[in-house]
Amino acid sequence: MNVTVTINGTERSADVEPRLLLVDFIRSNLGLTGTHIGCDTTSCGVCTVLLDGTPVKTCTVFAVQANGRSITTVEGLKQNGELSAMQTAFHEEHGLQCGFCTPAMMLVGTALLEENPDPTEDEVRWAISGNLCRCTGYMNIVKAIQAAAQSAKEGASV
Amino acid sequence: MTTTAHKPHTSPEIGGLGHSRKRVEDARFIEGRGNYVDDIELPGMLHMAIHRSPVAHARIISIDTSAAEAVEGVIAVVTGELLAGYNLAWMPTLSNDTQAVLATDKVRFQGQEIAAVIATDPYVAQDAARLIEVEYDELEAIVNPMRALEEDAPVIRDDKEDQETNLVYEWESGDKAATDAAFAAADKIISLETHYPRSHPAPLETCGIIADVDSATGQTTLYMTSQAPHAHRTLFALVAGLPEQNIRIVSPDLGGGFGNKVPIYPGYVVATAASLVIGQPVKWIETRTENLVSTGFARDYYMKGELALSSEGKIVGLRVDMLSDQGAFFSDAQPSKLRAGMFHIVTGSYDYQAAHVTTRGAYTNKAPGGVAYRCSFRVTEASYLIERLVQNAAYEIGMDPAEFRLKNFIQPEQFPYTTPTGFVYDSGDYEAALREAMRIVGYDKIQAEKEQARKEGKLVGVGIASFTEVVGAGHGEDYDIVGLKMFDSAELRVHPTGKAILKLGVKSQGQGHETTFAQIVAEELGIPADDIKVVEGDTDNTPYGLGTYASRSVPVAGAATAVISRKLREKAKKIAAHLLEASEDDLEWETGKFFVKGDPESSVSIQDVAFAAYTNPPPGVEAGLEGVHYYDPPNMTYPFGSYIVVVDVDPATGQWKVRRMVAVDDCGVRINPMIVEGQIHGGLAEGYAMSSMQSITFDEAGNHLASSFMDYLVPTAWETPRFELGETVTPSPHHPIGAKGVGESATVGSPAAYVNAVVDALEHLGVRNFEMPVTADKVWAALETASNG
Amino acid sequence: MYPAKFDYLAPESLDETLSILADRGDEVKILAGGQSLIPMMKLRFATPPTLLDINRIPGLDGLTRTNGTLSIGALVRHNDVVKSDVAKANHTVVSAAPWIADPIVRNLGTLAGSLAHHDPEGDWASVMLACDGKVVLTSSTGERVVPITEFLVDMFSTSCQPNEMVTEVRVKAHSDRGGGNYQKLERKVGDYATVGVATCLELADDGTVAGAGIALTSVYAFNLKVTEAESLLKGETPSEELFKEAARVASQACDPASDSRGSADYKRHIVDIYTQRGLAESLAIAQGGQS
Repeated sequence: MNVTVTINGTERSADVEPRLLLVDFIRSNLGLTGTHIGCDTTSCGVCTVLLDGTPVKTCTVFAVQANGRSITTVEGLKQNGELSAMQTAFHEEHGLQCGFCTPAMMLVGTALLEENPDPTEDEVRWAISGNLCRCTGYMNIVKAIQAAAQSAKEGASV
Repeated sequence: MTTTAHKPHTSPEIGGLGHSRKRVEDARFIEGRGNYVDDIELPGMLHMAIHRSPVAHARIISIDTSAAEAVEGVIAVVTGELLAGYNLAWMPTLSNDTQAVLATDKVRFQGQEIAAVIATDPYVAQDAARLIEVEYDELEAIVNPMRALEEDAPVIRDDKEDQETNLVYEWESGDKAATDAAFAAADKIISLETHYPRSHPAPLETCGIIADVDSATGQTTLYMTSQAPHAHRTLFALVAGLPEQNIRIVSPDLGGGFGNKVPIYPGYVVATAASLVIGQPVKWIETRTENLVSTGFARDYYMKGELALSSEGKIVGLRVDMLSDQGAFFSDAQPSKLRAGMFHIVTGSYDYQAAHVTTRGAYTNKAPGGVAYRCSFRVTEASYLIERLVQNAAYEIGMDPAEFRLKNFIQPEQFPYTTPTGFVYDSGDYEAALREAMRIVGYDKIQAEKEQARKEGKLVGVGIASFTEVVGAGHGEDYDIVGLKMFDSAELRVHPTGKAILKLGVKSQGQGHETTFAQIVAEELGIPADDIKVVEGDTDNTPYGLGTYASRSVPVAGAATAVISRKLREKAKKIAAHLLEASEDDLEWETGKFFVKGDPESSVSIQDVAFAAYTNPPPGVEAGLEGVHYYDPPNMTYPFGSYIVVVDVDPATGQWKVRRMVAVDDCGVRINPMIVEGQIHGGLAEGYAMSSMQSITFDEAGNHLASSFMDYLVPTAWETPRFELGETVTPSPHHPIGAKGVGESATVGSPAAYVNAVVDALEHLGVRNFEMPVTADKVWAALETASNG
Repeated sequence: MYPAKFDYLAPESLDETLSILADRGDEVKILAGGQSLIPMMKLRFATPPTLLDINRIPGLDGLTRTNGTLSIGALVRHNDVVKSDVAKANHTVVSAAPWIADPIVRNLGTLAGSLAHHDPEGDWASVMLACDGKVVLTSSTGERVVPITEFLVDMFSTSCQPNEMVTEVRVKAHSDRGGGNYQKLERKVGDYATVGVATCLELADDGTVAGAGIALTSVYAFNLKVTEAESLLKGETPSEELFKEAARVASQACDPASDSRGSADYKRHIVDIYTQRGLAESLAIAQGGQS
């Protein structure tokens, strides 16, 4: 079946089997490998992207379901060639170590700030509780998302 | 000398030791441009899927691959029989045992590799792998080491001629007679029997490989999730009989490792063999289930410890007996002279001279592995046992657990301190670390609050762990892996423009080597860290090294980096003397430049020297500014710390919640405090995982009960406690920059602190032990037992 | 892990969907949020020949309140319920929603889909059993409204016929003298309930219990409505003692299994504690007059 998506603002098409998972479509067909695979059970969340702005786990969505829809991956976070506030904050606050969960965490953080520009620590922890990290103990991920919220308040784009 | 102050010697522009320099590797990761094995696509690449055993112990009657072979897109199906033709059906393990690559005679654990399908598409490979039919004659599954050692237990390793039981090894340490004497004279004996449950490192990136064998040239390139690419290359050469110069292992970005990526797994061997035979690249990426059921488990130690106390409340002896569950193949990743890793560090942070440690291991019908999951070869189990025993000892003599520790610690003036099991602790100030943790947590206040809470029917617990680790393996005389001495290396070249490239034999899995190792060079040579590129993970392009695990990168490769920098500085001095037309003896070094004594105006920068090294070397001096150093550490390093956990227990449900987690670590000199703290955060979280929820269990038939993240519970941000960190600094006296390694301290030290805290909350009810993971129902059951009398 | 091959249909109208179901409902499986179905397909526990994706059908995502009834369309996601002001009309529903799966799964998974999937350890079925929810089943020949007790047949099975689909779930709104609550013990975010207890109370003008619902998750072969405990409450004046008695009855009615989530005794005890806590919370809401 033909699937056409707008990914990070660009329209892309491919002919795929219905059973192709969205994560494999993004990684293999579209060559965007910043979206990762870490489990098979919708548990770890490293495959999270924004589908029409909402975080979803792409190991549990078929590519055909995304037909005609808009996807943002980590590769689309930069704005006008500049790192987003979220990306900058992850770097500044040491919010990443091995980098494997990082794209998903940043996307979930970005979606969170859209809805809640000034989240408390508990709200951040709750929002990222569908995403696992094995390296950071979450401390600096939480700090980074809160720091991004702060710099967004000061005018940076999330 | 222990200090808590921490002042960098270099400017932020240079970025030497002590600067919380932001990580250079972040740039690619935050844009989604990391390069993990699964991100690599090669032309003509095929995909592999493995058919695994659904049963734990059975003879294989027959394997039928015909249906799989008939699937469109399938190129080949590999079986053990086929591999046997290349002498590859079995492979050696890291502990001098053998392991089946693909089973031929028997399956020995659920999830064991039986056959592999190579296909044009990963979906097709998995479709076909399901169609392989295997007929089994089932045998009794042995699911614990106690049963394994019973006389009538079936012998799991009947493939080994001299193996008549399921005993893998027996090993002891310490002095039995002295220990027996100490116990005979003791006033009190405290004992604890406990199991450190089977766990799994479960990095978020699973293991994988792309094997690319060029049939024309024999060049074999393996893109592999490897924490030890050089050692793996040598092992591949030995196992597969390939010429080592033709093997190139590329370990690109790793999505975590924690020990999981130290061993060589059957999938790597099969993919390589398949690529060799087919002549096309073959990719194999584990599913999460494959990762959890077949690769690199950790722990699974059944431990009995006894502590002998004098009437003055001093520890006078320790006796430990341990039985390990090794799974079906003994493949512990550990120095070859050791059979139970460094478990004999179990004597801990305390001053006594009688200890005797006996250990045995048994084969069971479980996955092999025995990796050091974020721990230096079984130090985690050891630290857990002694810190649990010490806490209980305090209760039994009615002393505060902190006071008991302070009374028994090895004192700063006693270092170097030889332990009864033969380690020589290089340095330490255990009292300073514990007192700092007590200060941060407000120990007296929290103990008073606890007493008050009890009066109100609430349960609060305070748990301490004052651990000592042994890391940085290790001096070649004592430590080797399959014969390879455990040195590590650094190769440094300063280019004409003063910019440098540092190449290492170790391999980061997220620890930030590209950032911190440049800081060591910056400190030593005064070249800005931003001008130094760090390269790792490609065996064609880096000096030989044993890899990153057991917190050895900074203790060994970090030392190599400092030494090679100093060697280049010596050469630079010759060039500087030439440029300044002065005698070498008249030159002084100040970060980044040489100057003539008494004439600071007369100076050359390291950059000037580097340029001259290529454009104007002194007569008789070799051109260039480059060198390599292989560092053989004179001793291990011994990081330590004290952790204090405060928990609130809900008496109605048994649920416990961490209110405070204070961690004071002493890892010697901190190269990059920001990264050190990040490492500690991660370790504290993994320690919490193990103490609260994360473990692997099996049912009586040997079925794996934690084969996905639905059942192998990794805490989320919601459950994970907040951490409060503190530090003391006791430099290692033998390490060139005084660093000790920190990647694993918190995983090693924290589980006992968490469990001690929950025990402490119920201590007044006579509770002395919870088995990990300490689940709410265990706590509730203990409360029930206590209230029923 | 990858699913087996299947055919994929994504009709853009309800009529078209219902006619496909009328033609070959036996071989199609409806895909709504997919957060339970797709994992089962990846494990190949489910291998439907055809997936019928209903996500492109307009009008199924309504979350509305009409005359004391809360209507939840087939495409209302768990997180729509979490964020909705309208859903606050039923306190049990709104209390359960944040505890379904994890925050990312909640963005796709649907309440109606969860009920149709009928995992015996699902949370929503207990909520609906406690609150006497109803399920609207639509086919090309019309629709029928089925009480939840008749909808849920056995684990992973419902009374939805092959030619029908769930188009809506209805549950009463609490009055300003009503309250409800869902208590869930889970080992970590995203885990199935070790124990879940849904409670629902309506008070009469004199303060006595006019209506009560109690249902339990993960402590029986399926979600268990504890009618005996419900009737014990009705007509009585709420008190700690009364709730303790109801909780005792609930804990005796359940029949949990010992497993990695806890021993049977433990779960039974949690049913007792959580039923008391849930009823107390429901009562507080009912007496606080919130709506």
